[in-house]
Amino acid sequence: MSVVIAFLIVGILGLILGFGLAVAEKKLAVEKDPKLVALESSMPGANCGGCGFAGCQAYAEAVFNGTAAPGLCSPGGEALARKMGEILGVEVELKEKMTAFVFCRGGSEVTKTDYIYKGMADCNAAALLQGGPSGCKEGCLHLGSCISVCPVGAIGRDEKGNIVVDKEKCIACGKCVSVCPNHVIKLIPYSLEWVCACNNHEPGGKVRKTCQVGCIGCKMCETKVDGSPFAVEAFLSSNDWNKDQSTAEKAAEICPQKCIVRRS
Amino acid sequence: MSYLGIVITYVFIQNFILVQFMGLCPFIGVSKNSESAIGMGVAVTFVTAITSAVCWGVSHLLLTPFGLDYLQTIAYILVIAALVQLVEMVIRKMSPGLYQALGIYLPLITTNCAVLGIAVINADNGYNLLESFVAGLSAGLGFTMAIILMSNIREKLEMTPVRKVFRGVPIAFISAGLMALAFMMFDKSLLTNLGLV
Repeated sequence: MSVVIAFLIVGILGLILGFGLAVAEKKLAVEKDPKLVALESSMPGANCGGCGFAGCQAYAEAVFNGTAAPGLCSPGGEALARKMGEILGVEVELKEKMTAFVFCRGGSEVTKTDYIYKGMADCNAAALLQGGPSGCKEGCLHLGSCISVCPVGAIGRDEKGNIVVDKEKCIACGKCVSVCPNHVIKLIPYSLEWVCACNNHEPGGKVRKTCQVGCIGCKMCETKVDGSPFAVEAFLSSNDWNKDQSTAEKAAEICPQKCIVRRS
Repeated sequence: MSYLGIVITYVFIQNFILVQFMGLCPFIGVSKNSESAIGMGVAVTFVTAITSAVCWGVSHLLLTPFGLDYLQTIAYILVIAALVQLVEMVIRKMSPGLYQALGIYLPLITTNCAVLGIAVINADNGYNLLESFVAGLSAGLGFTMAIILMSNIREKLEMTPVRKVFRGVPIAFISAGLMALAFMMFDKSLLTNLGLV
């Protein structure tokens, strides 16, 4: 019997409160512009913050108020940008989809190790100890802080244990970019095929001593190939994706360290 | 205990944040600028005051007559959740700016243990309706005072050179700890000396 009473009392209390809230919701309803509602419902809802706003709703509001341009949302991509433009009735400037890429192919096999790290499996913790266990202080630490921070599970390891980003899954939210203590992960266009997968700015001699696959800044890719998109700055080659990419493959062949690689 | 005694108790001697360490989540989360801190303080004060009164009613008119005191926690949480929803609707209607500034912390008042805490403390102390209300109100005021003090400190901290590892939340927690130390000077003897017991 007491069970029934308890059930009734709590049930009635809940009913009264729920009913009161329903009434209050009607009375205190805030009228929203139908355009804003349409914008909000078209957002992907990942709340990744890649657009630079607090979340999907904040971005939708900013677009609605005209303080932000449509098309900043990388998970939504082109389709969303177009849809937002349709809702607002404006032309949308499309920008290329970006994806994250790990600029390092080093590992225990090819890179010298300074010491054995047995601490927390966190790159930022390891980086505090003399810049990490790896001989290369600008390369990947392989502890996978980026894997755990990725909201869509796009980052994983290949068979060698190197960290790779699945460019199909990547939404370019930039979380891995900011968590990486060595800034090894950068955003590059989805279509960019050839990249110099190294982040070491040290002179060639030093790089040779620590890593077999590091860029030594020899400038072969820049000077030996006509119209090469690659350029060396601070002993590190990088692909300028605004330039013509047709000779990139040649540059990769010529690279003595074979650190210019094709993205999978 | 007189009403003034209750006010002094919950604003200073048993300050929810700095002495009992309840409701630290919004205390750290919303104390970045004083404007949203005041908004949060007012919202919490409103919720604690009304919950105290309503929970007294629920407890004395519904639960005790049927011998259902063991349902106290569930019933209180129901009341708190509904009230917070109401406060959220009101703030959304009245001040969209404040609604934005409070963000996720507004619905989180539901799980702010200061709110459930004051309801349970009222029941434990056997306060009557008015005493419960005053206790709730002053608990909220104590919260508001602490969060406003904290927000002012944090606004100053933004301008201060702080070591990188301590910047942001860590230094805020250290400041909160020092504030809590300062609040230890208030104790029960204050009430006795003021002749309020």
